[in-house]
Amino acid sequence: MIEILPDKCDFCGCCVGVCPEDAIELKEANIKIIEELCTNCNKCVWSCPIEVLKFNRNGVKVENK
Amino acid sequence: MKNQYDIIVVGAGPSGSMAARFAAEKGVSVLMLEKDRDVGYPVRCGEAVSEAGITEFIEIDKRWISTEINNFSFIAPDKSEVILPLPDRGYILERKIFDYALAESAAKAGAEIQTRAYVYDLIFDGNNVSGVKVEIGGEQKEIKAKIVIAADGVESRVGRWGGLKTYTDFREMESGVQVTASNIPVNQNTIYFYFGEKVAPEGYLWVFPKGNNLANIGLGVSGMIGKKKSALVYLNEFMEEHYPDAPILTRVAGGIPCTVTLDRIVTDGLMLVGDAARQINPLSGGGIASGMIGGSIAGKVAGEAIKKNDLSYIYQYEKDWNNRLGKRHKTFDNIKNGIFHFSDDKFNSIAKSILKVPIEKRTLGNIFKIALFNNPSLLLDVAKVFFQK
Ligand SMILES: Cc1cc2nc3c(=O)[nH]c(=O)nc-3n(C[C@H](O)[C@H](O)[C@H](O)COP(=O)(O)OP(=O)(O)OC[C@H]3O[C@@H](n4cnc5c(N)ncnc54)[C@H](O)[C@@H]3O)c2cc1C
Ligand code: SF4
Ligand code: SF4
Repeated sequence: MIEILPDKCDFCGCCVGVCPEDAIELKEANIKIIEELCTNCNKCVWSCPIEVLKFNRNGVKVENK
Repeated sequence: MKNQYDIIVVGAGPSGSMAARFAAEKGVSVLMLEKDRDVGYPVRCGEAVSEAGITEFIEIDKRWISTEINNFSFIAPDKSEVILPLPDRGYILERKIFDYALAESAAKAGAEIQTRAYVYDLIFDGNNVSGVKVEIGGEQKEIKAKIVIAADGVESRVGRWGGLKTYTDFREMESGVQVTASNIPVNQNTIYFYFGEKVAPEGYLWVFPKGNNLANIGLGVSGMIGKKKSALVYLNEFMEEHYPDAPILTRVAGGIPCTVTLDRIVTDGLMLVGDAARQINPLSGGGIASGMIGGSIAGKVAGEAIKKNDLSYIYQYEKDWNNRLGKRHKTFDNIKNGIFHFSDDKFNSIAKSILKVPIEKRTLGNIFKIALFNNPSLLLDVAKVFFQK
Protein backbone atom coordinates (compact mmCIF):
# COMPACT_ATOMS: atom_id res chain seq x y z
CA MET A 1 0.00 0.00 0.00
CA ILE A 2 1.36 3.40 -0.99
CA GLU A 3 1.35 5.95 1.74
CA ILE A 4 1.60 9.70 1.21
CA LEU A 5 3.15 12.00 3.76
CA PRO A 6 1.03 14.98 2.72
CA ASP A 7 2.80 17.51 4.91
CA LYS A 8 5.95 16.95 2.87
CA CYS A 9 4.27 17.09 -0.55
CA ASP A 10 5.00 19.94 -2.97
CA PHE A 11 2.10 18.99 -5.32
CA CYS A 12 4.46 18.91 -8.29
CA GLY A 13 2.79 16.10 -10.25
CA CYS A 14 5.90 14.07 -11.02
CA CYS A 15 4.32 10.96 -9.46
CA VAL A 16 1.10 11.51 -11.43
CA GLY A 17 3.15 11.69 -14.62
CA VAL A 18 4.69 8.23 -14.11
CA CYS A 19 1.68 6.37 -12.69
CA PRO A 20 0.64 3.81 -15.32
CA GLU A 21 -2.80 3.33 -13.75
CA ASP A 22 -3.98 6.95 -13.43
CA ALA A 23 -4.30 6.21 -9.72
CA ILE A 24 -3.21 9.57 -8.31
CA GLU A 25 -5.42 12.61 -8.03
CA LEU A 26 -3.71 15.97 -7.63
CA LYS A 27 -5.43 19.30 -7.06
CA GLU A 28 -3.87 22.63 -6.16
CA ALA A 29 -2.70 21.56 -2.70
CA ASN A 30 -4.37 18.22 -2.29
CA ILE A 31 -3.19 14.76 -3.31
CA LYS A 32 -4.63 11.27 -2.93
CA ILE A 33 -4.13 7.73 -4.18
CA ILE A 34 -7.19 6.11 -5.71
CA GLU A 35 -6.76 2.74 -4.01
CA GLU A 36 -9.03 0.76 -6.35
CA LEU A 37 -6.77 1.62 -9.28
CA CYS A 38 -3.36 1.35 -7.59
CA THR A 39 -1.39 -1.84 -8.31
CA ASN A 40 1.40 -1.05 -5.80
CA CYS A 41 3.96 -0.93 -8.60
CA ASN A 42 6.07 1.58 -6.65
CA LYS A 43 6.99 3.77 -9.63
CA CYS A 44 5.60 6.88 -7.97
CA VAL A 45 7.74 6.19 -4.90
CA TRP A 46 10.92 5.97 -6.99
CA SER A 47 10.09 9.14 -8.94
CA CYS A 48 9.07 11.47 -6.14
CA PRO A 49 11.94 13.99 -6.01
CA ILE A 50 11.53 14.74 -2.31
CA GLU A 51 10.57 11.38 -0.75
CA VAL A 52 6.94 12.07 0.02
CA LEU A 53 5.65 8.67 -1.03
CA LYS A 54 6.45 5.51 0.85
CA PHE A 55 5.72 1.88 0.23
CA ASN A 56 3.98 0.57 3.28
CA ARG A 57 3.76 -3.21 3.84
CA ASN A 58 1.13 -4.45 6.31
CA GLY A 59 1.07 -1.16 8.09
CA VAL A 60 4.80 -1.21 8.68
CA LYS A 61 6.52 1.72 7.05
CA VAL A 62 9.35 0.48 4.86
CA GLU A 63 11.98 3.07 4.10
CA ASN A 64 12.56 2.80 0.37
CA LYS A 65 15.34 5.24 0.01
CA MET B 1 -18.54 32.32 -18.50
CA LYS B 2 -20.81 30.57 -20.96
CA ASN B 3 -21.90 26.92 -21.00
CA GLN B 4 -20.43 26.30 -24.43
CA TYR B 5 -17.29 27.31 -26.34
CA ASP B 6 -15.68 26.36 -29.61
CA ILE B 7 -12.46 25.46 -27.82
CA ILE B 8 -11.57 24.78 -24.17
CA VAL B 9 -7.90 24.78 -23.13
CA VAL B 10 -7.05 22.98 -19.87
CA GLY B 11 -3.99 24.47 -18.11
CA ALA B 12 -2.57 27.99 -18.36
CA GLY B 13 1.18 27.32 -18.70
CA PRO B 14 3.14 28.52 -21.75
CA SER B 15 1.69 25.84 -24.04
CA GLY B 16 -1.90 26.47 -22.93
CA SER B 17 -1.64 30.23 -23.31
CA MET B 18 -0.23 29.89 -26.83
CA ALA B 19 -2.93 27.39 -27.81
CA ALA B 20 -5.61 29.75 -26.47
CA ARG B 21 -4.10 32.77 -28.19
CA PHE B 22 -3.58 31.24 -31.62
CA ALA B 23 -7.06 29.71 -31.57
CA ALA B 24 -8.67 32.98 -30.46
CA GLU B 25 -6.82 34.82 -33.24
CA LYS B 26 -8.83 32.74 -35.71
CA GLY B 27 -11.94 34.39 -34.34
CA VAL B 28 -13.44 31.42 -32.49
CA SER B 29 -14.60 31.34 -28.86
CA VAL B 30 -11.98 30.07 -26.40
CA LEU B 31 -11.99 29.39 -22.65
CA MET B 32 -8.77 28.54 -20.75
CA LEU B 33 -9.14 26.81 -17.36
CA GLU B 34 -6.40 26.72 -14.71
CA LYS B 35 -6.62 24.75 -11.46
CA ASP B 36 -4.31 26.99 -9.42
CA ARG B 37 -5.19 30.35 -7.94
CA ASP B 38 -2.58 32.15 -10.03
CA VAL B 39 -1.41 31.78 -13.57
CA GLY B 40 2.36 31.16 -13.50
CA TYR B 41 2.72 30.22 -9.83
CA PRO B 42 4.29 28.15 -8.29
CA VAL B 43 7.27 28.26 -10.65
CA ARG B 44 8.69 24.76 -11.11
CA CYS B 45 11.39 25.69 -13.57
CA GLY B 46 15.03 26.70 -14.04
CA GLU B 47 13.68 29.52 -16.25
CA ALA B 48 16.37 29.29 -18.95
CA VAL B 49 15.43 29.99 -22.58
CA SER B 50 17.22 31.00 -25.75
CA GLU B 51 16.23 34.32 -27.24
CA ALA B 52 15.31 32.65 -30.52
CA GLY B 53 12.97 30.30 -28.63
CA ILE B 54 10.64 33.02 -27.43
CA THR B 55 10.85 35.98 -29.80
CA GLU B 56 8.77 34.02 -32.28
CA PHE B 57 5.88 34.61 -29.86
CA ILE B 58 6.54 37.64 -27.72
CA GLU B 59 8.74 40.72 -27.77
CA ILE B 60 11.46 40.77 -25.12
CA ASP B 61 10.27 42.80 -22.14
CA LYS B 62 12.61 43.48 -19.23
CA ARG B 63 9.76 43.01 -16.75
CA TRP B 64 10.24 39.24 -17.13
CA ILE B 65 13.98 39.01 -17.78
CA SER B 66 16.22 38.30 -14.77
CA THR B 67 19.54 38.03 -16.59
CA GLU B 68 21.01 37.86 -20.05
CA ILE B 69 23.23 34.84 -20.68
CA ASN B 70 26.24 34.74 -23.02
CA ASN B 71 28.32 31.85 -21.71
CA PHE B 72 27.87 28.20 -20.95
CA SER B 73 30.08 26.51 -18.38
CA PHE B 74 30.49 22.75 -18.21
CA ILE B 75 31.93 21.31 -15.01
CA ALA B 76 33.31 17.78 -15.26
CA PRO B 77 33.29 15.31 -12.36
CA ASP B 78 36.97 16.10 -11.64
CA LYS B 79 35.85 19.76 -11.31
CA SER B 80 37.69 20.97 -14.42
CA GLU B 81 35.62 23.76 -15.93
CA VAL B 82 35.13 24.44 -19.62
CA ILE B 83 33.64 27.79 -20.63
CA LEU B 84 31.99 28.20 -24.02
CA PRO B 85 30.54 31.33 -25.55
CA LEU B 86 26.90 30.63 -26.47
CA PRO B 87 26.08 30.78 -30.17
CA ASP B 88 22.67 32.32 -29.34
CA ARG B 89 21.85 34.81 -26.60
CA GLY B 90 19.94 33.27 -23.70
CA TYR B 91 17.88 34.54 -20.78
CA ILE B 92 16.93 33.50 -17.29
CA LEU B 93 13.29 34.50 -17.03
CA GLU B 94 11.10 35.64 -14.19
CA ARG B 95 8.57 32.99 -15.14
CA LYS B 96 5.78 34.09 -12.89
CA ILE B 97 5.64 37.37 -14.81
CA PHE B 98 6.43 35.72 -18.15
CA ASP B 99 3.57 33.19 -17.84
CA TYR B 100 1.29 36.06 -16.88
CA ALA B 101 2.33 38.00 -19.99
CA LEU B 102 1.62 34.98 -22.18
CA ALA B 103 -1.83 34.50 -20.64
CA GLU B 104 -2.47 38.20 -21.10
CA SER B 105 -1.64 37.89 -24.80
CA ALA B 106 -4.23 35.11 -25.05
CA ALA B 107 -6.78 37.33 -23.30
CA LYS B 108 -5.97 40.18 -25.67
CA ALA B 109 -6.65 37.89 -28.60
CA GLY B 110 -10.10 37.25 -27.13
CA ALA B 111 -9.72 34.13 -24.95
CA GLU B 112 -11.56 33.94 -21.62
CA ILE B 113 -9.58 32.71 -18.61
CA GLN B 114 -10.77 31.14 -15.37
CA THR B 115 -8.43 30.25 -12.49
CA ARG B 116 -9.20 27.98 -9.50
CA ALA B 117 -10.92 25.75 -12.06
CA TYR B 118 -9.97 22.09 -11.66
CA VAL B 119 -10.96 19.88 -14.60
CA TYR B 120 -11.84 16.45 -13.20
CA ASP B 121 -13.30 14.64 -16.21
CA LEU B 122 -14.28 14.89 -19.87
CA ILE B 123 -17.72 14.70 -21.44
CA PHE B 124 -18.32 12.70 -24.59
CA ASP B 125 -20.69 12.70 -27.50
CA GLY B 126 -20.38 9.10 -28.70
CA ASN B 127 -16.61 8.65 -29.03
CA ASN B 128 -15.95 12.33 -29.47
CA VAL B 129 -14.69 14.45 -26.62
CA SER B 130 -17.28 17.21 -26.34
CA GLY B 131 -16.38 19.19 -23.24
CA VAL B 132 -15.11 19.08 -19.67
CA LYS B 133 -16.36 18.60 -16.14
CA VAL B 134 -14.85 21.27 -13.96
CA GLU B 135 -14.87 22.25 -10.30
CA ILE B 136 -14.83 26.03 -9.86
CA GLY B 137 -14.71 27.27 -6.30
CA GLY B 138 -16.10 23.94 -5.07
CA GLU B 139 -18.99 23.93 -7.54
CA GLN B 140 -19.16 21.27 -10.24
CA LYS B 141 -20.11 22.27 -13.73
CA GLU B 142 -20.18 20.88 -17.27
CA ILE B 143 -18.97 23.06 -20.12
CA LYS B 144 -19.30 21.94 -23.71
CA ALA B 145 -16.71 22.47 -26.45
CA LYS B 146 -16.15 21.29 -30.00
CA ILE B 147 -12.45 20.78 -29.27
CA VAL B 148 -10.62 20.35 -25.94
CA ILE B 149 -6.89 21.15 -25.83
CA ALA B 150 -5.11 19.50 -22.88
CA ALA B 151 -2.18 21.69 -21.75
CA ASP B 152 -2.19 20.26 -18.25
CA GLY B 153 1.53 19.73 -17.85
CA VAL B 154 3.61 16.80 -16.60
CA GLU B 155 0.73 15.71 -14.34
CA SER B 156 -1.61 15.46 -17.34
CA ARG B 157 -4.60 13.19 -16.86
CA VAL B 158 -6.97 14.76 -19.37
CA GLY B 159 -5.36 12.84 -22.25
CA ARG B 160 -5.84 9.55 -20.42
CA TRP B 161 -9.53 10.23 -19.92
CA GLY B 162 -9.69 10.71 -23.69
CA GLY B 163 -8.07 7.29 -24.22
CA LEU B 164 -4.49 8.40 -25.00
CA LYS B 165 -1.59 6.81 -23.16
CA THR B 166 0.10 9.80 -21.60
CA TYR B 167 2.12 8.51 -18.67
CA THR B 168 5.92 8.62 -18.87
CA ASP B 169 8.10 5.59 -18.20
CA PHE B 170 9.66 6.27 -14.79
CA ARG B 171 13.13 5.70 -16.26
CA GLU B 172 12.60 8.62 -18.65
CA MET B 173 11.09 10.96 -16.09
CA GLU B 174 13.71 13.21 -14.58
CA SER B 175 12.82 13.84 -10.95
CA GLY B 176 13.75 17.43 -10.35
CA VAL B 177 14.27 19.60 -7.32
CA GLN B 178 15.47 23.18 -7.27
CA VAL B 179 16.24 25.90 -4.77
CA THR B 180 16.42 29.61 -5.42
CA ALA B 181 19.26 30.77 -3.18
CA SER B 182 20.99 34.05 -2.53
CA ASN B 183 24.71 34.75 -1.99
CA ILE B 184 25.72 32.57 -4.95
CA PRO B 185 28.73 34.44 -6.34
CA VAL B 186 28.91 33.18 -9.92
CA ASN B 187 29.22 35.10 -13.19
CA GLN B 188 25.78 36.56 -13.79
CA ASN B 189 26.00 36.06 -17.56
CA THR B 190 26.93 32.37 -17.43
CA ILE B 191 24.87 29.23 -16.96
CA TYR B 192 26.62 26.32 -15.23
CA PHE B 193 26.09 22.61 -15.81
CA TYR B 194 27.58 19.92 -13.58
CA PHE B 195 27.77 16.31 -14.72
CA GLY B 196 28.81 13.03 -13.15
CA GLU B 197 28.01 10.09 -10.90
CA LYS B 198 28.33 12.03 -7.70
CA VAL B 199 26.39 15.18 -8.61
CA ALA B 200 23.52 13.98 -10.82
CA PRO B 201 23.79 10.53 -12.43
CA GLU B 202 21.56 10.11 -15.51
CA GLY B 203 20.87 13.82 -15.47
CA TYR B 204 22.65 17.05 -14.66
CA LEU B 205 22.78 19.84 -12.11
CA TRP B 206 22.31 23.47 -13.14
CA VAL B 207 23.19 26.83 -11.62
CA PHE B 208 21.29 29.62 -13.39
CA PRO B 209 22.02 33.16 -12.12
CA LYS B 210 19.10 35.53 -11.65
CA GLY B 211 21.05 38.71 -10.94
CA ASN B 212 22.48 40.12 -7.66
CA ASN B 213 23.95 36.70 -6.87
CA LEU B 214 20.54 35.09 -6.64
CA ALA B 215 20.44 31.75 -8.50
CA ASN B 216 18.26 28.80 -9.40
CA ILE B 217 20.21 25.69 -8.39
CA GLY B 218 18.56 22.43 -9.29
CA LEU B 219 19.03 18.99 -10.70
CA GLY B 220 17.23 16.11 -12.28
CA VAL B 221 17.95 12.40 -11.94
CA SER B 222 16.09 9.58 -13.63
CA GLY B 223 13.62 7.37 -11.79
CA MET B 224 16.16 4.53 -11.96
CA ILE B 225 18.49 6.61 -9.81
CA GLY B 226 15.66 7.86 -7.59
CA LYS B 227 14.96 4.24 -6.69
CA LYS B 228 18.16 4.27 -4.62
CA LYS B 229 18.68 7.92 -3.77
CA SER B 230 16.30 10.81 -4.23
CA ALA B 231 16.93 14.04 -6.15
CA LEU B 232 16.57 15.93 -2.87
CA VAL B 233 19.48 14.09 -1.24
CA TYR B 234 21.71 14.81 -4.27
CA LEU B 235 20.82 18.51 -4.12
CA ASN B 236 21.34 18.74 -0.36
CA GLU B 237 24.77 17.17 -0.75
CA PHE B 238 25.72 19.66 -3.48
CA MET B 239 24.54 22.66 -1.46
CA GLU B 240 26.35 21.38 1.63
CA GLU B 241 29.61 21.07 -0.34
CA HIS B 242 29.42 24.28 -2.40
CA TYR B 243 27.12 26.79 -0.69
CA PRO B 244 26.49 25.60 2.88
CA ASP B 245 25.47 29.03 4.17
CA ALA B 246 23.41 30.27 1.24
CA PRO B 247 19.96 31.43 2.36
CA ILE B 248 17.27 29.53 0.47
CA LEU B 249 14.30 31.57 -0.68
CA THR B 250 12.29 28.85 -2.41
CA ARG B 251 12.42 25.12 -2.91
CA VAL B 252 10.32 23.34 -5.51
CA ALA B 253 10.02 19.80 -6.80
CA GLY B 254 9.02 18.89 -10.34
CA GLY B 255 8.99 16.19 -13.00
CA ILE B 256 10.67 16.64 -16.38
CA PRO B 257 9.54 14.08 -18.97
CA CYS B 258 12.78 13.74 -20.99
CA THR B 259 11.54 11.56 -23.78
CA VAL B 260 10.09 11.66 -27.28
CA THR B 261 6.65 13.06 -28.04
CA LEU B 262 3.76 10.63 -27.52
CA ASP B 263 2.88 8.59 -30.60
CA ARG B 264 -0.60 10.00 -30.60
CA ILE B 265 -1.38 13.53 -29.50
CA VAL B 266 -4.78 13.86 -31.13
CA THR B 267 -7.99 11.91 -30.80
CA ASP B 268 -11.53 12.85 -31.80
CA GLY B 269 -12.24 16.22 -30.19
CA LEU B 270 -9.03 16.28 -28.11
CA MET B 271 -5.49 17.60 -28.68
CA LEU B 272 -2.50 17.44 -26.29
CA VAL B 273 0.18 20.16 -26.10
CA GLY B 274 3.33 20.96 -24.10
CA ASP B 275 4.48 18.64 -21.31
CA ALA B 276 1.14 16.83 -21.53
CA ALA B 277 2.14 15.70 -25.04
CA ARG B 278 5.78 15.17 -23.94
CA GLN B 279 7.00 17.98 -26.19
CA ILE B 280 10.00 18.79 -24.00
CA ASN B 281 13.45 18.77 -25.64
CA PRO B 282 14.62 15.42 -24.22
CA LEU B 283 18.30 16.37 -24.31
CA SER B 284 18.16 19.69 -22.45
CA GLY B 285 14.92 19.21 -20.53
CA GLY B 286 13.80 22.62 -21.79
CA GLY B 287 10.07 22.74 -22.42
CA ILE B 288 9.12 26.41 -22.42
CA ALA B 289 9.94 27.20 -26.06
CA SER B 290 8.95 23.80 -27.45
CA GLY B 291 5.68 23.87 -25.50
CA MET B 292 4.90 27.29 -26.95
CA ILE B 293 5.56 25.95 -30.43
CA GLY B 294 3.34 22.91 -29.83
CA GLY B 295 0.62 25.09 -28.33
CA SER B 296 0.70 27.60 -31.16
CA ILE B 297 0.42 24.92 -33.85
CA ALA B 298 -2.44 23.20 -32.04
CA GLY B 299 -4.29 26.48 -31.46
CA LYS B 300 -3.96 27.49 -35.10
CA VAL B 301 -5.10 24.10 -36.40
CA ALA B 302 -8.01 23.92 -33.93
CA GLY B 303 -9.18 27.41 -34.89
CA GLU B 304 -9.02 26.51 -38.57
CA ALA B 305 -10.90 23.26 -37.99
CA ILE B 306 -13.77 25.22 -36.40
CA LYS B 307 -13.74 27.77 -39.22
CA LYS B 308 -13.77 25.03 -41.87
CA ASN B 309 -16.47 23.21 -39.91
CA ASP B 310 -14.34 20.08 -40.29
CA LEU B 311 -13.26 18.70 -36.90
CA SER B 312 -11.24 15.88 -38.48
CA TYR B 313 -8.80 18.59 -39.60
CA ILE B 314 -7.30 18.62 -36.08
CA TYR B 315 -5.22 15.54 -37.00
CA GLN B 316 -3.13 17.90 -39.13
CA TYR B 317 -1.57 19.12 -35.87
CA GLU B 318 0.18 15.79 -35.31
CA LYS B 319 1.86 16.04 -38.72
CA ASP B 320 2.78 19.71 -38.32
CA TRP B 321 4.31 19.09 -34.89
CA ASN B 322 6.36 16.14 -36.08
CA ASN B 323 7.72 18.12 -38.99
CA ARG B 324 8.56 21.15 -36.88
CA LEU B 325 10.17 19.44 -33.83
CA GLY B 326 8.83 15.96 -33.10
CA LYS B 327 11.22 14.15 -35.45
CA ARG B 328 14.19 16.14 -34.22
CA HIS B 329 13.36 15.23 -30.62
CA LYS B 330 13.82 11.56 -31.50
CA THR B 331 17.42 12.27 -32.42
CA PHE B 332 17.93 14.40 -29.32
CA ASP B 333 16.59 11.52 -27.27
CA ASN B 334 19.22 9.16 -28.74
CA ILE B 335 21.98 11.63 -27.96
CA LYS B 336 20.63 12.01 -24.43
CA ASN B 337 20.72 8.25 -23.92
CA GLY B 338 24.37 8.31 -25.00
CA ILE B 339 25.41 11.19 -22.77
CA PHE B 340 23.45 10.04 -19.71
CA HIS B 341 25.50 6.87 -19.68
CA PHE B 342 28.91 8.51 -20.04
CA SER B 343 31.27 7.49 -17.26
CA ASP B 344 32.98 10.10 -15.11
CA ASP B 345 36.22 9.28 -16.93
CA LYS B 346 34.65 10.08 -20.26
CA PHE B 347 33.31 13.45 -19.04
CA ASN B 348 36.73 14.26 -17.61
CA SER B 349 38.59 13.36 -20.78
CA ILE B 350 36.18 15.40 -22.94
CA ALA B 351 36.71 18.41 -20.66
CA LYS B 352 40.46 17.94 -20.86
CA SER B 353 40.43 17.83 -24.67
CA ILE B 354 38.26 20.95 -24.94
CA LEU B 355 40.49 22.86 -22.53
CA LYS B 356 43.34 22.41 -25.01
CA VAL B 357 41.38 24.50 -27.52
CA PRO B 358 41.84 28.25 -26.92
CA ILE B 359 38.57 29.83 -25.78
CA GLU B 360 38.16 31.95 -28.93
CA LYS B 361 38.26 28.76 -31.02
CA ARG B 362 35.69 26.90 -28.94
CA THR B 363 32.91 26.87 -31.46
CA LEU B 364 30.08 24.40 -31.15
CA GLY B 365 31.52 22.59 -34.17
CA ASN B 366 34.91 22.11 -32.52
CA ILE B 367 33.33 20.92 -29.28
CA PHE B 368 31.24 18.39 -31.11
CA LYS B 369 34.31 17.07 -32.89
CA ILE B 370 35.98 16.49 -29.54
CA ALA B 371 32.94 14.93 -27.91
CA LEU B 372 32.48 12.68 -30.90
CA PHE B 373 36.12 11.72 -31.02
CA ASN B 374 35.55 10.42 -27.50
CA ASN B 375 32.36 8.65 -28.43
CA PRO B 376 32.15 7.81 -32.13
CA SER B 377 28.85 5.97 -31.83
CA LEU B 378 27.11 9.31 -31.23
CA LEU B 379 28.31 10.53 -34.61
CA LEU B 380 25.40 9.10 -36.54
CA ASP B 381 22.83 10.71 -34.28
CA VAL B 382 24.50 14.08 -34.34
CA ALA B 383 24.81 13.95 -38.11
CA LYS B 384 21.05 13.40 -38.22
CA VAL B 385 20.40 16.59 -36.23
CA PHE B 386 22.45 18.65 -38.63
CA PHE B 387 21.10 17.18 -41.83
CA GLN B 388 17.49 17.44 -40.81
CA LYS B 389 15.45 20.39 -41.95
C1 LIG C 1 12.75 21.60 -11.94
C2 LIG C 1 12.44 21.97 -13.37
C3 LIG C 1 13.29 22.82 -14.09
C4 LIG C 1 13.00 23.18 -15.41
N1 LIG C 1 13.83 24.05 -16.05
C5 LIG C 1 13.52 24.46 -17.31
C6 LIG C 1 14.32 25.46 -17.96
O1 LIG C 1 15.28 25.98 -17.40
N2 LIG C 1 13.98 25.83 -19.22
C7 LIG C 1 12.90 25.29 -19.87
O2 LIG C 1 12.63 25.66 -21.03
N3 LIG C 1 12.12 24.36 -19.26
C8 LIG C 1 12.40 23.94 -18.00
N4 LIG C 1 11.59 23.01 -17.38
C9 LIG C 1 10.43 22.47 -18.10
C10 LIG C 1 9.30 23.49 -18.17
O3 LIG C 1 9.02 23.99 -16.88
C11 LIG C 1 8.03 22.84 -18.73
O4 LIG C 1 8.35 22.12 -19.89
C12 LIG C 1 6.95 23.85 -19.06
O5 LIG C 1 6.47 24.50 -17.92
C13 LIG C 1 5.79 23.14 -19.76
O6 LIG C 1 4.77 24.04 -20.03
P1 LIG C 1 3.27 23.51 -20.15
O7 LIG C 1 2.45 24.69 -20.53
O8 LIG C 1 3.20 22.32 -21.03
O9 LIG C 1 2.89 22.97 -18.71
P2 LIG C 1 2.89 23.72 -17.28
O10 LIG C 1 3.70 24.94 -17.31
O11 LIG C 1 3.21 22.67 -16.30
O12 LIG C 1 1.37 24.14 -17.12
C14 LIG C 1 0.35 23.19 -16.91
C15 LIG C 1 -0.77 23.89 -16.17
O13 LIG C 1 -1.92 23.06 -16.16
C16 LIG C 1 -2.55 23.17 -14.90
N5 LIG C 1 -3.38 21.96 -14.70
C17 LIG C 1 -2.93 20.69 -14.55
N6 LIG C 1 -3.97 19.83 -14.39
C18 LIG C 1 -5.11 20.60 -14.45
C19 LIG C 1 -6.50 20.28 -14.35
N7 LIG C 1 -6.92 19.03 -14.17
N8 LIG C 1 -7.38 21.32 -14.45
C20 LIG C 1 -6.95 22.60 -14.65
N9 LIG C 1 -5.65 22.94 -14.75
C21 LIG C 1 -4.73 21.95 -14.66
C22 LIG C 1 -1.38 23.28 -13.93
O14 LIG C 1 -1.78 23.87 -12.71
C23 LIG C 1 -0.42 24.16 -14.71
O15 LIG C 1 -0.59 25.52 -14.44
C24 LIG C 1 11.85 22.64 -16.05
C25 LIG C 1 11.00 21.80 -15.34
C26 LIG C 1 11.27 21.47 -14.02
C27 LIG C 1 10.34 20.59 -13.27
S1 SF4 D 1 6.05 13.55 -6.78
FE1 SF4 D 1 6.18 13.76 -4.54
S2 SF4 D 1 6.15 15.99 -4.15
FE2 SF4 D 1 5.46 15.68 -6.27
S3 SF4 D 1 3.21 15.57 -6.09
FE3 SF4 D 1 3.95 13.46 -5.99
S4 SF4 D 1 4.19 13.03 -3.83
FE4 SF4 D 1 4.03 15.27 -4.01
S1 SF4 E 1 2.15 2.41 -6.87
FE1 SF4 E 1 2.04 2.41 -9.11
S2 SF4 E 1 -0.17 2.28 -9.55
FE2 SF4 E 1 0.01 2.85 -7.38
S3 SF4 E 1 -0.11 5.09 -7.40
FE3 SF4 E 1 2.07 4.55 -7.46
S4 SF4 E 1 2.59 4.52 -9.64
FE4 SF4 E 1 0.35 4.45 -9.49
